[in-house]
Amino acid sequence: MKTAVIVFPGSNCDRDAAVAIERVTGAAPAMVWHEETSLPDGLDFIMLPGGFSYGDYLRCGAIAARSPVLPDVIRAAEAGVPVLGVCNGFQVLIETGLLPGALMRNAGLRFVCEKAPLTIETANTRFTRAYGDTSAITIPVAHHDGNYFADDETLNALEAEGRIAFRYAANPNGSARDIAGITNAGGNVLGMMPHPERAVDALHGGTDGLAVFESVLGGAQ
Amino acid sequence: MTEITPRYAEGIDEQVALEHVTADEYETILTVLGRAPNIVELGIFSVMWSEHCSYKSSRVHLAKFPTTGPRVVYGPGENAGVVDIGDGQVCIFKMESHNHPSFIEPYQGAATGVGGILRDVFTMGARPVALMNALRFGAPDHPKTRQLVAGVVAGIGGYGNCVGVPTVGGETNFDAGYNNNILVNAMAVGLAERDKVFTAAAKESGYPVLYVGAKTGRDGIHGATMASAEFGEGAEEKRPTVQVGDPFTEKKLIEACLELMSEDAISAIQDMGAAGLTSSSVEMASSGGKGIELDLDHVPQREEAMSAYEMMLSESQERMLVIVKPGREDVAERIFKKWDLDVAVIGKTTETGRLVLKHKGATVCDLPLDPIGDKAPKYERPYFPAEARASIDPASLKTPAHLGETLLTLMRSPDMASKAWIFSQYDRHVMADTVASSEDPSDAAIVRVHGANKALAITADVTPRYCTADPYEGGKQAIAEAWRNLTATGAEPMAVTDCLNFGNPERPEIMGQFVGCVEGMAEACRALDFPVVSGNVSLYNETDGQAIPPTPAVGAVGLIEDASVRAGFGCMSEGDVLLLIGETRGELGASLYLRFIENSEDGAPPHVDLGVERRNGDFVRAQIRSGLARTSHDLSDGGLACAVAEMALASNCGAKLAYEDGAPLHAWLFGEDQARYLIAADAETADAIRKAAQEAGVPASVIGLAGGEAITVNGAHALDLLTLRQAHERWLPDLMGEDMQAAAE
Repeated sequence: MKTAVIVFPGSNCDRDAAVAIERVTGAAPAMVWHEETSLPDGLDFIMLPGGFSYGDYLRCGAIAARSPVLPDVIRAAEAGVPVLGVCNGFQVLIETGLLPGALMRNAGLRFVCEKAPLTIETANTRFTRAYGDTSAITIPVAHHDGNYFADDETLNALEAEGRIAFRYAANPNGSARDIAGITNAGGNVLGMMPHPERAVDALHGGTDGLAVFESVLGGAQ
Repeated sequence: MTEITPRYAEGIDEQVALEHVTADEYETILTVLGRAPNIVELGIFSVMWSEHCSYKSSRVHLAKFPTTGPRVVYGPGENAGVVDIGDGQVCIFKMESHNHPSFIEPYQGAATGVGGILRDVFTMGARPVALMNALRFGAPDHPKTRQLVAGVVAGIGGYGNCVGVPTVGGETNFDAGYNNNILVNAMAVGLAERDKVFTAAAKESGYPVLYVGAKTGRDGIHGATMASAEFGEGAEEKRPTVQVGDPFTEKKLIEACLELMSEDAISAIQDMGAAGLTSSSVEMASSGGKGIELDLDHVPQREEAMSAYEMMLSESQERMLVIVKPGREDVAERIFKKWDLDVAVIGKTTETGRLVLKHKGATVCDLPLDPIGDKAPKYERPYFPAEARASIDPASLKTPAHLGETLLTLMRSPDMASKAWIFSQYDRHVMADTVASSEDPSDAAIVRVHGANKALAITADVTPRYCTADPYEGGKQAIAEAWRNLTATGAEPMAVTDCLNFGNPERPEIMGQFVGCVEGMAEACRALDFPVVSGNVSLYNETDGQAIPPTPAVGAVGLIEDASVRAGFGCMSEGDVLLLIGETRGELGASLYLRFIENSEDGAPPHVDLGVERRNGDFVRAQIRSGLARTSHDLSDGGLACAVAEMALASNCGAKLAYEDGAPLHAWLFGEDQARYLIAADAETADAIRKAAQEAGVPASVIGLAGGEAITVNGAHALDLLTLRQAHERWLPDLMGEDMQAAAE
């Protein structure tokens, strides 16, 4: 498995992402600095980590989506390489247009950090297949702008096409239809606000997020 | 008076001089220099001799703290304390106040408090791994309280969340004594390799001095001086002295500094905190016995036409001064440019022992460094010891008819109510090493050492009620409680950082509080082998002559050798025996019970017997480390009943308390006797622990059983968990006027 984590100035879950990936693959991912203009060859997986890329200035994820490395990430995504964006990474994916909708300020107008109960809407994606029959998991959230919004037509399409991967069991941020994570039409790009990389270790926060990585990195299936 | 003419340099008169220093201090400056200081020099003296930077009122007493021990690598005097945690690693930590700025401008005041304390830790080569805070607000119904709570919490979260360091714990109190002077104390903890610890002393001359980080602007000028005065009318007008933080720049600065530290390039490094460029350059040069020469034309500036005075006194955030090895400037330049940060060679170290500043071709300052430190004023301020209070006889107080109601009142009081509204705004999980944080039933936050199986236990404590009632006992108790909180998780308490918040030291009764607390703390530190390795003093926390309650906040760090062998208080289960370790006499003086049930702040605080504290704590720690005790909780505010209630809520399991005799029932339940722990274990394990206690001469008694869905006393006084949970969790959201769930939906 060849994997990569993109590092922007202000990324702060890049190390956590690398630890989670290595836990499943046994090999450290390439840490790719945002100023690179091309990704390593032959990647099997790309992760956009959480954090505050470019300090959240302008709009969360907006500047990162225009950074030098992104065109190559978009090319890879369009070529079918699995791409996971978590939290700020989800915001970046939305800003690139790889995923539809918008992530607005939380409805409570405050940063929310809590262990969020989620339902797995479909185990039929590249990122959820290792969950099998499990339908309820708990994964931490920590964000100020995770209130997912899209017009009804888009939301209906996401539902109809089985592209809603996770929903909140107790909506912490006002997201439309309790959406916590969605995939693109090709099913190879997942964006989610909860942090699966913070739930891969029983001592830290449980292991409910591990199956996301196992699903996409070909671990236990 | 000194015979020096002219007494004032051009552009300065008596009034200007006295706006900077006292009349006596001005005389000292004239004597030291043999001439009148110019305005830049006067500005430098004013900040370096401010209470905030010089500790002029506190130094003689701070010397009473024990500061050494087998684990101590660096004690007070460096940017932060450094303790050895084995395996070639060290833990670096410090706590600091940002009280005055946070009252004037809560968001930025609190945010820059976090930024400043982080810099103190990574300056020494540590990657910051945890943040804590200790907050004191005014009465819940005071008109400013809600706005200050909202602003401070958003500021702490806004900064800590963005830099990506988890805010894992802390404490929050509300008390009318803080109505006009809130306290915001922030603590940072970091980890480093023992042989990669960096210090500030300039050891060589002729080395280049680099300025790195953010540009210098006109913000925060005279912040240190503002923080060294009391508030009166017009405190709001001091807003321009508060700095503005940028956590994005700080995050880049952390990464860039750690990257530079991994190269062989740095000779010395110091953050620019209070008094910015002035204190960093003066401290680096003088602690190394060298001189320093800076050309201010090279200082990266955010604004045009800044004067030398403004540049030297600016407290713009996210800046560092680095002395690099000659020829290694390019390494620093490459790294800081990669991170999009300013980097400039602004001067060099010298052999002269002087601070020389050039600006636009002219020498604007030429001061001998030694006197700035050596001749800094040092006061032995007069003090009155606080008057001793009589202890409260619990039998003189009527036992409430329904003790379940009494417990409910305490558990929804401002002191005991859930602080989830606050900590849910802090990222507690980033870095993926948080084992226990504010949300978890643990007496201390626990953060695993990345990549290892050991963990740090971290706590912040003080009980201002006790310090008000008896500064000496209160000081002892603050240290003892921190030690106990670490112990209750199974950690070995290692060392202390302190943040001493008091009123105006020029008033003998305030100075009496300060001296009493310091001496009590020092006594406890000695008895518990718990050295003070770093700290900060914040005086003049008063407004219109009204001082805050004495608040010597204690931050402490312990070590858990095996992160899987520890105790929390959330695993009590049906049928467990509740074993109380320690003795209960029923001390109600200065207790929460007295405050909220009897509406009184009276009485002597609980006595801390340090020998007993140590004996009981060592026993409990041994039981946890042997794997016998898995559920333990320290007893503090609200005594036995509140500890049981917290365990019951966390475990979702009721408790049946069995009172036999001894102290009157209400004092048995709510007395705040010290050196006590509650252990819950199955009958067999509890019996084994009780026998071990007997052998060790430690008092241990069965006080009830876990089970049911209520807390009862001798089968009566029932308080059901649902009611308790509701009241405990609603108090703060109700105060803040919000229903979190409804807001989200």
